[in-house]
Amino acid sequence: MIYADAVIIGAGPSGLTAAKELLTAGVNVTLIDRNMSLGGQLIKQTHKFFGSESEHASKRGIDIKQILLNDLVPYKESLIILSKTTVVGLYKDKVIACLRGDTYFKVKAKTIIIATGASEKSIPFENNDLPGVYAAGAVQTLMNEYGVKPGNEVLMVGSGNIGLIVTYQLMQAGIKVKAILEAAPKISGYLVHASKVRRLGVPIHTKTSIKRALGKDPVEGAILWDLDEDWQGIQGSEREIKVDTICISVGLAPLVELLEQIGAKVEYIRELGGNVPIINDAYETTIEGVFACGDAAGIEEASSAMVEGRIAGLGALRTLGIAQTEENTKVTDLHKKLGALRDGPHGAKVKAGYMKRRVMHD
Amino acid sequence: MRIKTHPILEFETRKSIPFTFNGNTLYGLEGDTVASALHANGIKKLSESIHLKRSRGFFCAIGNCASCNMVVNGKPNTRTCITPLEENMIVESQSGKGVIL
Amino acid sequence: MIEKTGSASFETYIMEFPKDKTILNSPKAIIECYKEIPCNPCETSCPFSAITIGPNINQRPLIDFDKCTGCTICASVCPGLAISIRAFKGERATLTFPYEFLPKPKKGAHVNVVDREGSVITQGKVLKVSETKRSNKTAMITLEVNKTYLYDAAGIEVVL
Repeated sequence: MIYADAVIIGAGPSGLTAAKELLTAGVNVTLIDRNMSLGGQLIKQTHKFFGSESEHASKRGIDIKQILLNDLVPYKESLIILSKTTVVGLYKDKVIACLRGDTYFKVKAKTIIIATGASEKSIPFENNDLPGVYAAGAVQTLMNEYGVKPGNEVLMVGSGNIGLIVTYQLMQAGIKVKAILEAAPKISGYLVHASKVRRLGVPIHTKTSIKRALGKDPVEGAILWDLDEDWQGIQGSEREIKVDTICISVGLAPLVELLEQIGAKVEYIRELGGNVPIINDAYETTIEGVFACGDAAGIEEASSAMVEGRIAGLGALRTLGIAQTEENTKVTDLHKKLGALRDGPHGAKVKAGYMKRRVMHD
Repeated sequence: MRIKTHPILEFETRKSIPFTFNGNTLYGLEGDTVASALHANGIKKLSESIHLKRSRGFFCAIGNCASCNMVVNGKPNTRTCITPLEENMIVESQSGKGVIL
Repeated sequence: MIEKTGSASFETYIMEFPKDKTILNSPKAIIECYKEIPCNPCETSCPFSAITIGPNINQRPLIDFDKCTGCTICASVCPGLAISIRAFKGERATLTFPYEFLPKPKKGAHVNVVDREGSVITQGKVLKVSETKRSNKTAMITLEVNKTYLYDAAGIEVVL
């Protein structure tokens, strides 16, 4: 058994900012991540981020990753990084079961921050399991992390930010996106992203979905159709498109398995992406000393994840009994930042989700 | 199927790594995962589904969905999308649930 | 409308141009940020304080054309690549916009110019291609087109 004070599971944007908050207060931190490289999804984000200066606006995700990692370097004596390590179990006595290659070991923590992020959703349609039908983020990983082309002609299903930005990145990698489909009557992502891909001549078809993927191994095309007011396909509106890759970008769902294992209360809140932990304002779950932040606590953006990581870090400090000067001011300021990020029309959904969660918590 | 030039990213030259896929020798690059190396070789079908034997490739590419399960160095149910490629790795398509004992 | 198609129509984008066209005898930033999103690098990067968003960073940016010098900094930092710098130049017009593709066109090249839907509308001449450390791999391309295309031109054709 390894004994640790603060353990952070997930080294994405919120895990990294949580680590910094704890390290600057003098706490020894163990950071666990299942990947070879740290940074979570920032690793493949080649586009410039939004937000304000404190969230590194206008910097590329890949550069923000480096900034967050560099922030930890001064504290390397107090930081243990366990990469290529999957947490396979989380127990009520704050024991974390880990698997690294073929080595199984356990860590007992005093406080745990769960920053496990999210996984991509899929939609049901015939042949949605064919090779060549990939989550949009998967295609982004393949291109930007490994330098491999996913295919030559792509159909993008979903016009949220991920769908729009991955379309742009596919075109940057020399891969043609033939169309973007959106089931809803309006484009769901930022209009500036949409305008960028429209300038590249990529059509966006709203109220349109995929009926069926064609091919056997791998994908060779797709049948598209129009949707009516009840989201049902309209018979007779089918048309065929020839592509060798279909990207599914229909949203993310928080990765809450570890929270469910430890017995933290988890409820379904649609506005936050699905099953989410019930947390208080300090991002503490219903298990004392166990926190959740970033997409694991509710689907949002990297900018808010970075702020939430700090709030969770400050909460973890309190669990460890480490008094912080001006802690209340810090936490209030961080909540103000979150409020600012959520103030526009794109933040309305998340705000509604948080309100629902507050009611469930009380 | 590798990206040669990119407006934002720099892809440096990396060491070539030999491995076998269903008995055939292929090459990946240092830093690849098993799945990315296979994809770079134009291989999208990784295994078959357990009951209906439908062709399966990866889906999420970051270790969440297990669509990319293959047998690697004799170990089944290996999530190839997060398994770093190693020299002379033996990669095989998985049929069925895999024998672990 | 833009929320369905993703591209702004003439009625929408003309609103971002100065009403008095003579203002465009000097290069000015035309900001096409049509919906509130939490973002303010254009405001914070402008050396002349010509762009206002305010404390609520979701507000759409407002530009003061009197203060704008057309320096292109805002256009090179905007994460949405939503800003272009435009000016009349006699019978011609110039358009400077951010570009993140390869190959980058060469100065003096004649290129196909597209509108906001990616359709080729005219030919233009590349006057300048520049990149700075601050723009971080976003190249700024200055094109010259016939003045009738000042409003409709949106960039150069990207051929894959």
